[in-house]
Amino acid sequence: MSTYRIQGATGDWEVVIGLEVHAQVTSQSKLFSGSATAFGAEPNSQVSLVDAAMPGMLPVPNRECIRQAVRTGMAINAQINKWSRFDRKNYFYADLPQGYQISQLYHPLVGEGSIEIVLDEKNPENSTKTIGIERIHVEQDAGKLMHDQHPTMSYVDLNRSGVALMEIVSRPDMRSPAEAGAYLTKLRTILRYVGSCDGNMDQGSMRADVNVSVRKPGEPFGTRTETKNVNSVRFVMQAIEHEANRQVDVLEGGGKIVQETRLFDPNTGSTRSMRSKEDAHDYRYFPDPDLLPLELDDSFLEDCRASLPELPDAKRHRYESDLDLSPYNAGVLTADVDTARWFELLLAETAKAAGKQPAEVAKQASNWLISELFGALNKSGTSLDESPVTPEKGAELLALIARGTISGSAAKQVLEIMLETGDDAGAIVEREGLKQESDTGAIEAEVDKVLAANADKVEQYKAGKEALFGFFVGQTMKAMKGKGNPQVVNEILKAKLAS
Amino acid sequence: MTDLTELGVAAIRDGVAKGDFTAVEVAEAFNANVAAAQDALNAFIVATPDAAIEAAKAIDAKRAAGEALGKMGGVPIGMKDLFATVGVQTTAASHILEGFKPEYESTVSQKLWDAGAGMLGKLNLDQFAMGSSNETSYFGNVISPWRRNDGGNAALAPGGSSGGSSAAVSARLCPAATGTDTGGSIRQPAAFTGITGIKPTYGRCSRWGIVAFASSLDQAGPMARDVTDCAIMLETMAGFDPKDSTSLDMPVPEWTVNLSADMKGKKVGIPREYRMDGMDEDVAKSWDDGIAWLKDAGAEIVEISLPHTKYALPAYYIVAPAEASSNLARYDGVRYGLRDLPDGANLQDMYAATRAAGFGAEVKRRILIGTYVLSAGFYDAYYTQAQKVRTLISHDFKNAFTECDVILAPTAPSAAFALGENVDDPLKMYLNDVFAVPASLAGLPAMSVPAGLNREGLPLGLQIIGKPFDEQGVLNAGLAIEQRAGFTAKPDKWW
Repeated sequence: MSTYRIQGATGDWEVVIGLEVHAQVTSQSKLFSGSATAFGAEPNSQVSLVDAAMPGMLPVPNRECIRQAVRTGMAINAQINKWSRFDRKNYFYADLPQGYQISQLYHPLVGEGSIEIVLDEKNPENSTKTIGIERIHVEQDAGKLMHDQHPTMSYVDLNRSGVALMEIVSRPDMRSPAEAGAYLTKLRTILRYVGSCDGNMDQGSMRADVNVSVRKPGEPFGTRTETKNVNSVRFVMQAIEHEANRQVDVLEGGGKIVQETRLFDPNTGSTRSMRSKEDAHDYRYFPDPDLLPLELDDSFLEDCRASLPELPDAKRHRYESDLDLSPYNAGVLTADVDTARWFELLLAETAKAAGKQPAEVAKQASNWLISELFGALNKSGTSLDESPVTPEKGAELLALIARGTISGSAAKQVLEIMLETGDDAGAIVEREGLKQESDTGAIEAEVDKVLAANADKVEQYKAGKEALFGFFVGQTMKAMKGKGNPQVVNEILKAKLAS
Repeated sequence: MTDLTELGVAAIRDGVAKGDFTAVEVAEAFNANVAAAQDALNAFIVATPDAAIEAAKAIDAKRAAGEALGKMGGVPIGMKDLFATVGVQTTAASHILEGFKPEYESTVSQKLWDAGAGMLGKLNLDQFAMGSSNETSYFGNVISPWRRNDGGNAALAPGGSSGGSSAAVSARLCPAATGTDTGGSIRQPAAFTGITGIKPTYGRCSRWGIVAFASSLDQAGPMARDVTDCAIMLETMAGFDPKDSTSLDMPVPEWTVNLSADMKGKKVGIPREYRMDGMDEDVAKSWDDGIAWLKDAGAEIVEISLPHTKYALPAYYIVAPAEASSNLARYDGVRYGLRDLPDGANLQDMYAATRAAGFGAEVKRRILIGTYVLSAGFYDAYYTQAQKVRTLISHDFKNAFTECDVILAPTAPSAAFALGENVDDPLKMYLNDVFAVPASLAGLPAMSVPAGLNREGLPLGLQIIGKPFDEQGVLNAGLAIEQRAGFTAKPDKWW
């Protein structure tokens, strides 16, 4: 389906991409200690004896971290391994107090799964692709070195040391930067639905190691490079594009791709070599003797499964089938858990106000949310959760529109005021005098006056110049200072002119 | 008045409780012995006489107030310097941790203090518990209080790694001491010095706060003058600890209450493979004595087979160094302990300089071995293979225990050797643990009890190995031997 190709001098090249995503597990405390995990705390204020690797300290697994990883595995329909084990990955670095990272190499917690990505949001049904996920394992994060605090020394902040990460390893199933971007976005969506990771890429809660190789279509996989720690969807796409083009240039220049670790430079959008395979660490993985194998019983798994929310794909399908939303609207509304939550509150309130079933008001509510509120929030650079318009207030506005109390144009005006002041729609309509006239008697009287005053035009209309209808509407609305319900005005005008 | 330092745990505790003497008197008596022996025996790295007096005063005050004194009430003990003790230097006998004063107390030592024990000091040991003679300590080797009866006055090894503990208990510097046993480090020194020591089932005692050597093998245990004292102290030390994931979540049995030397209906297994060619004659004789004593106590003797015994030592010397190479990575000069930062050094240089200066030769040897066996390309040939051997050894014991209740064997292949005798031949040194290591690999409870003296006048120990969680069976067999061996020998005081 995706035919992304790099046009080289020797022909087209296909790009093969796999992502290893590190997602910080949402939990109060670290993977093997009771320390807090809040972002942005004072350096070294969230460090236990275990995190600092004091002599004789021992790790104890945090059940909540395991639970979140298992729930994540279930959300991608993966095999959950009831027996898994922690291994030590040994290497020396100043941000790694133990001298090893506790990870899972040989027996990960979560096995094979997959997620479905949509490549064309306007046409989701016909542009899906399944990306395989090889495994998810849990491991400790390292601390952070600070090189800018002292002229000759580096400082170490161990707040992140020991924080739980899920490493989510995809199959090399992606073939374009766009697919990789869609995969990362979808993965983030799922994690946020599940609540196992907040997905804040700018805070480092999610980052990706990007594996890229190129080949002539139909040939075996080429040698790959791994670009480490890329921390936004856009950067991942940039890194792939740059790296794939670089590889094509190397190969077409008669060179060979070296299996190596590379770094992405966000300022230039390019990658550069960090270390080659020859310099790679020998991590000397072996089972951590401080920890027993992790054995999960059926009731734990049941609890995990029962606590899963409706997931984005299921929600999107339900919005389309039960609420009759367009695939596009359904896609937009389910793309983030907060949006979906907001929409469902809006829907419930709107249905309640109108005394109707949610399905009957879903289109109105979704259209308003996507085109009106999102548009307005976008303009002011406000996010949905900061919006002064709550779902309840939005529902009130929608009810006023539905009842014909205000016109569509007045509704836009009301929304603007709501966003500025946070006031209720009803109060604004009263205050600003935006109520429209829907009383047929009053409108009929105005229509009669307009028709009487423009008898010549009525003649012309009846003679076939139907374009004049708009003129009559305009005159009537003008006479009513814009407050006539346009629908009622139309109906009455049509009836009178037909007689 | 009796010499209080001749008393053991039970006698001191009961004497204090009855008011025969005060806890402070006991502490003072042992403090004096510790101070008097330090130059000659070097058993302690740090003496803490004030801590011993403080604890004793608290016990005496409790007694005056009519409060319960605890299972170890008024008993001052020595603490192997592998256990973290708040505010008291904890070194693992290494230079790299010299001056390190933890802000935390190990679970086991805390339990002992909670039970009314006091601390006489931190006992010397082989560096990071790696050694069988105490010669690897950065703070100088411990000298055994025992001497051969040949008049030669050669300085003898107290065994290792708990050599400070064994020397101190046998020299009456403390009535009991903590030890740790990774591959014989409680049992072999106990045998060398004529005292009793038990390594419980792996997981009985929390490892939290004990400087790690090899996590899957390390186990704390008591070292004392007799079986009863060991049982009392082990009851205090044992128990589930949520801070140690490998800790056994089981209640601690009342071993003391259920001590019995009656072996009627019990079968004692004698492993064929432990009777090695060229076995020391005195060791072989003491083994035969043990068999006779247990028979006398009513036990039936059965020959058993532990066919993979000969692979135990090589497997141990892969598994233990592998774990150690990783466990000791944290001593890097970054956060605590020694930092050697040569001029212009970068991070790698600092690591190299710190670890080169901070670790002794034996520790370095084991880190290198461990790093090697875990390396890519060697992992399966060494580490994986050793783990398989470990499984086979466990199966050996499991099979054997279908035919017997406990196993009797020598603790060590010889009596204490002279310091320096094996120091240039690590393999010969490692062979000291040939009888001790299999039970460690299988995580089984095992103890050493004194069985008599050899022709040189040096103590020999007998080892009892039990089923998992059956410390009671081990202690009972030990008691049966103790009662029949009538071991009353103690080193002549020369220091």
